Amino acid sequence: MATAMKTADAGALLAQEIAGEFPDRRGRFGPFGGRYVPETLVPALDRLEAGVHRWLKDPAFVAELEHELATWVGRPTPLTHARTLSARWGAQVYLKREDLAHTGAHKINNAIGQALLAKRLGARRIVAETGAGQHGVASAAACARLGLPCTVYMGAIDTERQAPNVGRMKLLGATVVPVTGGDQTLRAAIDEALRDWVADPDGTYYLIGSVVGPHPYPYLVRELQTVIGREARAQMARQAGGLPHAVFACVGGGSNSMGMFHPFVADRDVALVGVEAGGRGAKLGDNSATLTLGRPGVLQGAYSMLLQDEHGQIQETHSVSAGLDYPGVGPEHSLLQATGRVQYEYATDDESLEALAECCAAEGIITAIESAHAFASARKWAATHPGSRILICLSGRGDKDMPTLQKTLLKGQA
Amino acid sequence: MAGHESIGAAIRAAAARGEPALVAYLTAGFPKRERFRADLAAVAAAADVVEIGVPFTDPMADGMTIQRASHAALAQGVTLPWILAELAALSPRPKAPLLLMSYLNPLLAFGLERLPSAARAAGVAGFIVPDLPFEECGELKAALEAEGVGLVQMVTPVTPPERLATLCAAGQGFIYAVTMTGTTGKSVAVPDDVLGYLARVRAVATIPVCAGFGIRAREQVARLKGSVDGVVVGSALVEVLERGEDPARFLGALRGAG
Repeated sequence: MATAMKTADAGALLAQEIAGEFPDRRGRFGPFGGRYVPETLVPALDRLEAGVHRWLKDPAFVAELEHELATWVGRPTPLTHARTLSARWGAQVYLKREDLAHTGAHKINNAIGQALLAKRLGARRIVAETGAGQHGVASAAACARLGLPCTVYMGAIDTERQAPNVGRMKLLGATVVPVTGGDQTLRAAIDEALRDWVADPDGTYYLIGSVVGPHPYPYLVRELQTVIGREARAQMARQAGGLPHAVFACVGGGSNSMGMFHPFVADRDVALVGVEAGGRGAKLGDNSATLTLGRPGVLQGAYSMLLQDEHGQIQETHSVSAGLDYPGVGPEHSLLQATGRVQYEYATDDESLEALAECCAAEGIITAIESAHAFASARKWAATHPGSRILICLSGRGDKDMPTLQKTLLKGQA
Repeated sequence: MAGHESIGAAIRAAAARGEPALVAYLTAGFPKRERFRADLAAVAAAADVVEIGVPFTDPMADGMTIQRASHAALAQGVTLPWILAELAALSPRPKAPLLLMSYLNPLLAFGLERLPSAARAAGVAGFIVPDLPFEECGELKAALEAEGVGLVQMVTPVTPPERLATLCAAGQGFIYAVTMTGTTGKSVAVPDDVLGYLARVRAVATIPVCAGFGIRAREQVARLKGSVDGVVVGSALVEVLERGEDPARFLGALRGAG
């Protein structure tokens, strides 16, 4: 498990990544990924892997998924030219509007795809975890649509700060289980969902919400989210007259960013920038900037970058955005960082809230606080690249963040 | 004999007396860090093999009891280097072979290069790593083997036959037969299909087979007698220690001596 990577290795790995050779047979993206799970889950993951290979490219499955995406999710989502931001930043700014997808975020692309797969695989019930609640809502909606019972695990801290989403999940028929163990946020919710799955690996389908976890999840979720980047790539060519010079997306577990970046990885002239949650600052425990500040290790099924102490204990994280508040990251992001293809940086809580306010005033769009992190980095980049074309993944809408925004941007206002 | 062979020998010796061997688990430093050596000595005197849990922030295969114990131990500053130092300082040495049960990440952080020799120096005979399936275990297994330290393989009721054979062939010390799907600690009856499953495991295994996950009562042990070489007692023993009760008495009662 090499942690340092030589430049020559990095070049070779990037070539393999571009050639579509990852994940390899062992579920690895170069040194990252794999399958680190209790023995009970190994047969279930083997079946899932076989199911993914059987169905994901099956013409009937693809047709059904595309039909749902077009008529139920509302795809393709538009590309919006951000006129006022463009004028203010001195660049041409385009927004990929995942906030306009059904249930308000990109999460639905993955949820409906996996729910369709679960149905094909004969699952009797679905379990999911959620941080900000967007994946929980998307899973609840997809399960309602397909008639599958759904249980969502959500950290107790998140059920409070994302209260509107808890109500939405319940209305959609899901059972929401607050998790009071561990860090009471997304990490604890994933631990609990895994424990649920371990108890019934045959009848339960674990609908994971990001490009994390054991193989084949990072691959499966990536494949279901690349619709974002494929659409955006074509829309940029059509509406903006060419590919972007730089693409920005926020990174928690990394699903909207992977979905956006992956179709651009081979376009080496396009700068790709993943923006993590800088929280209150660079000190361990004050942020969720896993790639920027972490070290490799194994958590929740995969070898990837992690926020951990010297003894391998996973660190508590902080971010104003529940969706980015996670000490791990998808293994393919770790590879894209190690190869230098994607640059990862972070935006702080304050910078992101400021960017959110700017987008509201300039474009009449309340973004999710998660997505606002991408805006904060894009604005800085624009300052040093005047006249460039910038694509931002507006991964979700901010309605769910009203309890947090009341306590921050709206604090003291009548 | 290599360290891991002492594990199998201890289990066989106990089983030869007519009762399943007791493999007892405690979380290092729980309930009190300063009592670790005393608790370990008491458990080791009454058990045939001892599993020492290295606490981890995210014990995904464990139920509430071991989660709680892990977090309490971490809060008291328990680390793998501290555990190894405590074990190296044990005097007198416990008769029962010692195993470390750890999730992979604390082992990676310690360093797979220096772990085997440090473990051997501390008198550790083997490792159980619940989030390290066979396909990923090669590097650790080879490194441990060079120092005579074993790596235990787990099998479950949902393990397909071909895989069962692979895991049993690779196992060292004993085969850890998980008796149910789910996390540790929930009490379960021992239905007939579990006995059938254990018979399938024993038919393949060439080293002792121990049943674990949910063992907490004499009736379960009595029912498993003849079907296994040993039983693993985890959460129930952790709860005994948590309540400040005598572990020897509890383990004695499991053997039918209480």
